[in-house]
Amino acid sequence: MDLYEYQGRELFERHGLPVLSGDVATTPEEARAIAEKLGVGVVVKAQVKVGGRGKAGGVKLAADPAEAQARATDILGMDIKGHTVHKVMVTTTAQIEEEYYFSYLLDRANRTFLCIASVAGGMEIETVAHDAPEKVAKVAIDASKGVDLALAREIVALAQFPAEVADQVADIAVKLWAAFVAEDATLVEVNPLAKLDDGRVLLLDAKVTFDANADFRQAGHEAYEDKSAVDPLEQAAKAKDLNYVKLDGSVGIIGNGAGLVMSTLDVVSYAGEEFGGVKPANFLDIGGGASAEVMADSLEIVMSDADVKSIFVNVFGGITACDAVANGIVSALQLLHDRGEDVTKPLVVRLDGNNAEEGRRILDTANHPLVQRVDTMDGAARKAAELAAAGV
Amino acid sequence: MAIWLTEDSKVIVQGMTGSEGMKHTRKMLAAGTKIVGGVNPRKAGTTVDVDGTELPVFASVAEAMGQTGADVTVIFVPPAHTKSAVLEAIDAGIGLAVVITEGVPVHDTAEFWAHAVATGNKTRIIGPNCPGIASPGKSNAGIIPASISGSGRIGLVSKSGTLTYQMMYELSDIGFTTAVGIGGDPIIGTTHIDALAAFQEDPETEAIVMIGEIGGDAEERAALYIKEHVTKPVVAYIAGFTAPEGKTMGHAGAIISGSSGTADAKKVALEAVGVKVGKTPSETARLMREVIESL
Repeated sequence: MDLYEYQGRELFERHGLPVLSGDVATTPEEARAIAEKLGVGVVVKAQVKVGGRGKAGGVKLAADPAEAQARATDILGMDIKGHTVHKVMVTTTAQIEEEYYFSYLLDRANRTFLCIASVAGGMEIETVAHDAPEKVAKVAIDASKGVDLALAREIVALAQFPAEVADQVADIAVKLWAAFVAEDATLVEVNPLAKLDDGRVLLLDAKVTFDANADFRQAGHEAYEDKSAVDPLEQAAKAKDLNYVKLDGSVGIIGNGAGLVMSTLDVVSYAGEEFGGVKPANFLDIGGGASAEVMADSLEIVMSDADVKSIFVNVFGGITACDAVANGIVSALQLLHDRGEDVTKPLVVRLDGNNAEEGRRILDTANHPLVQRVDTMDGAARKAAELAAAGV
Repeated sequence: MAIWLTEDSKVIVQGMTGSEGMKHTRKMLAAGTKIVGGVNPRKAGTTVDVDGTELPVFASVAEAMGQTGADVTVIFVPPAHTKSAVLEAIDAGIGLAVVITEGVPVHDTAEFWAHAVATGNKTRIIGPNCPGIASPGKSNAGIIPASISGSGRIGLVSKSGTLTYQMMYELSDIGFTTAVGIGGDPIIGTTHIDALAAFQEDPETEAIVMIGEIGGDAEERAALYIKEHVTKPVVAYIAGFTAPEGKTMGHAGAIISGSSGTADAKKVALEAVGVKVGKTPSETARLMREVIESL
């Protein structure tokens, strides 16, 4: 999960890192109230998970509470690169003298974490790395040792931070690492890390990504989730513990195994080219065990998607035997019917692997009017695309 | 020959007494795996009857190794305890640890990987979040169904479980020396490159099929490795050409971030070094069949 800037600011504050005072507002009145409480000139920043807010007019200064309210009125509801602004962050202003860059992130290739630090901040770090690689320090972090003050000082020296901020940056580096570990983050990025005219070094922006695998020990993380921004179908799927991603096509996809489902999306897209660009409507991985319950929940989610015109159930029987899957599909359709769901969309089912013959026989015997059996993945994808195109 | 797992491998199961551990211990035994015991400190000293085979339960990996000569462990413990299970296996100095558990926090994986490196890489780690390793007809450490394919001439390495099964099924008439499911997490122990290197050295492996997916640049790095070090023919498949940016597709590591980690980039990198890349799993199997027929 990626956090909004205001959530990152709050998280940094909670971990004892120096940030600007402020709060988040969803209405102009709230923005005014925050400005009144802060009692000084403020900056009003659009909260969207996309770069380029400043250029789009999503960051404005305000001298007093009335102006803060006016600026919030301008910014709330604004569209920035397809993201509607629902929230603004209001903070005190800062007189920036120098802008630096600091981050910890996952380094997949080296199977560890990486610190990237630079005295050239305030712009895309990729640009700095390209134009002036000597200004970017990259330090691998040993995950079993972490970042202590000695290593923090090494990083500061390597990145050539000025002497007058060295102690402050080293302290920030240690605390930021502690936050990175404590929160099970895969990214904490501060750009800019700024030196103000009064000599203080503050974290002026926050990009934080959490590892969903750690949710079981990060009870507080659920509160960061922006329910309003999540697709309702994705939310319903999550409530049923299904691994579902909404996409923008018309062929509903249900399969077992993340790799196989990704592959199914590809094969359906290729087949769809023949039928005017038909595409998959979702990713849905039912995992290893395909019980009737899980199949019913999955079919319910996919069938309730108004964009879906046909459904492709693609199962390779590995651990799960195909006869169990076939029985699951047949009972799932019955279960949905009994629940009073609208079961009208055509299903193309491909079963292969463990006990495929028996599974196919079960489908044939059930002879459900909506179910068509196609025994190859490519053929079934083509059939599903054709049905979706015809159903438009 | 097979890589890393042979008929002589003595296998223990960490988490054997749990439901998944027990289910798959049964299947591994049925596949001919020499399972010599399980590890569970709370049940140490007892035995478990698995379809007529009495398996001893040990207090620790070290004790199990001392008593049985075990050299492989398969780990089924839940995510919250996976790190300590793997650290224990590393400290005991076991040769191969196969981590099946899905949903391990990446900070935990990074930590046990760092520990493995710091202690001299004496333990090969496969996974986490993987189906394990199977050397058909010899031994099976993990959850790859043994019935899909027999032994043969192809080596397989894959990020995806079900696509591994699919590929083994389509090429079951040719068969496999070893199939290694390395898992779809952002940090994994054994990589495509490790498996490519081992298959290149294995005299019975004549061709290699490699299955990748979106996210990271492991496939691109594998391509560079193939160019320099692999003389055996390699056929590849990449899943996720049509996956959208910024969305995690089931596997924690399967995400396109900005322009990095796309299936296209991986395909281009592999084709540039002479690897044939199939557009679909079936086409990939066909390409492999052609390669085998031409040998």
